[in-house]
Amino acid sequence: MQHFTLRIQRYDPEKETVFFEEHNVPWTEDFTVLDALNHIKDKTGASLAYRWACRMGICGSCGAIVNGKPILMCSTFCRDLKQPIRIRPLANFPVIKDLVVDTDDAMNKFREAMPYTKIQKQHIAPTEETLQTPAQLRKLKYASQCIKCMLCYSACPVYGLNKDFVGPAAGAVAERYNKDSRDEIKDKRMDSMTGDNGVYKCSYIGECSQVCPKSVDPAAALQKLKVAGIFHTAKSIAKSASAAISSKRKS
Amino acid sequence: METISGNDILIIGGGAAGLRAAIEAAETDENLKIALVSKVYPTRSHTVSAEGGLAAAMREYDSVENHAYDTVKGSDFLADQDAVEYFVKNAREEILRLEHWGCPWSREENGKIAVRAFGGMNAKRTVYAADKTGFYLLHSLFERSLLYENIKRYDEWYVTKLLTSDSAGKIGVGDNSGKTSPGDNSTPGICGITALHLKTGKLVAFTAKVVILATGGAGRIYKFTTNSALNTGDGLALAYNAGAALKDMEFVQFHPTAMAKTGILITEAARGEGGYLINKNGERFLQKHLPEKMELGPRDMVSRAIVSEIYAGNSFEGPHGHYVHLDIRHLGEKLIDEKLPLVREIAISYGGTDPVYEPIAVRPAQHYTMGGVAVNLNKETGIPGLLAAGETACSTIHGANRLGSNSLSECLVFGALAGRTAAAHCHKTHAQKHPSADLAAQMKDEENRIDQHLKNDGKESLAAIRNEMQENMDHHAGILRSEKSLEFGLNKLMELRERVKNVGVGDKSTIFNTGLIALLELEGMLLICETIFKTALNRTESRGAHYRTDFHSRDDKNWLKHQLVVKSEGGPKITHQPVTITKWLPSERTY
Repeated sequence: MQHFTLRIQRYDPEKETVFFEEHNVPWTEDFTVLDALNHIKDKTGASLAYRWACRMGICGSCGAIVNGKPILMCSTFCRDLKQPIRIRPLANFPVIKDLVVDTDDAMNKFREAMPYTKIQKQHIAPTEETLQTPAQLRKLKYASQCIKCMLCYSACPVYGLNKDFVGPAAGAVAERYNKDSRDEIKDKRMDSMTGDNGVYKCSYIGECSQVCPKSVDPAAALQKLKVAGIFHTAKSIAKSASAAISSKRKS
Repeated sequence: METISGNDILIIGGGAAGLRAAIEAAETDENLKIALVSKVYPTRSHTVSAEGGLAAAMREYDSVENHAYDTVKGSDFLADQDAVEYFVKNAREEILRLEHWGCPWSREENGKIAVRAFGGMNAKRTVYAADKTGFYLLHSLFERSLLYENIKRYDEWYVTKLLTSDSAGKIGVGDNSGKTSPGDNSTPGICGITALHLKTGKLVAFTAKVVILATGGAGRIYKFTTNSALNTGDGLALAYNAGAALKDMEFVQFHPTAMAKTGILITEAARGEGGYLINKNGERFLQKHLPEKMELGPRDMVSRAIVSEIYAGNSFEGPHGHYVHLDIRHLGEKLIDEKLPLVREIAISYGGTDPVYEPIAVRPAQHYTMGGVAVNLNKETGIPGLLAAGETACSTIHGANRLGSNSLSECLVFGALAGRTAAAHCHKTHAQKHPSADLAAQMKDEENRIDQHLKNDGKESLAAIRNEMQENMDHHAGILRSEKSLEFGLNKLMELRERVKNVGVGDKSTIFNTGLIALLELEGMLLICETIFKTALNRTESRGAHYRTDFHSRDDKNWLKHQLVVKSEGGPKITHQPVTITKWLPSERTY
């Protein structure tokens, strides 16, 4: 009988040991890697820990490295994978247990992107919408698809070496808001994104866009932010130079 | 046990309703300390899977009165009309508010927010963001929540119990409309929670003045469901165990178009944009069942129509059972890519067919729980200090059947209302500074309970019991019900409730113990199943999504009322509550 063989890298946090487990799962045409893990867990009562929720590629829970590539397990079919199927947790994050990694650091990077169109915390009671044409909305089309699955942070060698790097997904979110016709805080956002560990730390390796399951193209977003950053910095310099000159003139 | 005190409001659940409540409370008063406690990162919440849209009376050709009537009729006249009126009046403003917050609603050419047709709605009033409305909405809310310093998130904490205290604030027993189970001044109030921190395995107590339950629905009690793994009804079980009433539990929605094997949702918007449902004879069979609204009838009726076709031998049969075709080929590739891109993506990925060229195999799957924690107009339960919003709560605006696209709007309107009510409570209450004696005892009991679960070396398999529970619900609490079938299902369920006591969690560790969490979830789900079987058996009529083959007419004389169920010594105890009627008396429900 044909079967899939899964070779899973596990981690026991109490014993602090890494170990490997191999399991066979009956060959099923449309089994995803997630289906296979669920099958193993249900059949063997395994303590294997992994995250999942929607099983349709929209919630971003089930990222892992399978046969060397960061993917969403619910959207990857066993039939398409070379056997044995090697599964290990996402890279660049501390492993909590088995395939569960601590992504808090990367989740917090979104704050640096200032992901809102206005800084206004008071209650509002709008009676009309801000107009936005379909053409204007299309500008957000790709960057707004990010499901915050963290595959890009796993793939990014810069983030691998420097955890302070703002990173690809945060870059995509920043670009999404910069391009939104309703955005009012681009200057503040650019201040935030062009700091020491901001967009200029990106070396345009492009692995992030290679692995992104939603075609967000965070690499492109970061390059656009770099360009926008140049103009932003030039503008700031010009502004402070002109302010210095006029204050000197006054004295 | 460590106690985290100092929070004013605890919000359990980080989906649309939970996040919206947090933002509203944070906006109301920047000095309020709000803790958002979720068993997952908020963006993983099931809101993210919602596709079709959210409804409001947006256009001049529409009115809140029309939206209200459609909702009441859709509910098969079981909705509480005062709640419906509040809902429809506030829905549009919520959508505009989200728009101002940057949510990328789809637009008409003139720049205005676009609307589409949806099931049971007599006017186009469903606002959408392509066919990933839930995704855009959830991420917009999440991103916005980052703006408020007074919202602190506790991601991947699993709440195990609500803590009650006699000396908790006695305000907030309700607005005297008599809409919740009796809560007088001797009812203990809620003063906090205990929660397992998945990352460390520690059980921690939180104290606060108000707790809002926003944990979504309970779809995972069924096997064939559109719901994510997360929808295990945690909030319902927490509320019920704390003594709050659950309401309308017998009403479970089955969405007509889920993918035949996986149960993954194909949005109603596919029909809203003009898609057809076809049987194996190539007929648009809804001509026989819903001649006027056809594919845009209410979900309960469309689902039953599909089931009739299956029984009549008119359906296709495949390796994953019977199904019908959802055909959107005639809409054209351009429209599909613009308005239904996710439908195309999932049909190709998970079904192996491209809907531009081939119809999609679909059949009804469990989708939504109309039932939930009973709340009054202000989202208060009968227990002081405990509120609920979103799918967890039963307001009810959906009654016996929910109209598509009313749920996301509800999460915004009632999430916001819960946040406001919670903030108002905080200004009237002094929180306990130190845990009182009874609180320490509750915490110790809970610690022991969790410990016992871990120590249990029982031989029963968690996965087997869960699977049997789910199949039992599919077969005996599904679209067509009868006394015989419900009794059988109830007996099976009670057997499972016994067997679950002997489940040995395979994982004895504390850190990220998914087995322990699954067991706690399963206990809650079995409890919820019991309330569904009992209330379904009791209701000897057919109304909305609850269809009895042995009582197939609606019986307004005896059954125009809600069933409330509370925990008691002898198991779930059922009482009744009248339907609040402000404008519309029940009439014939044809489409």
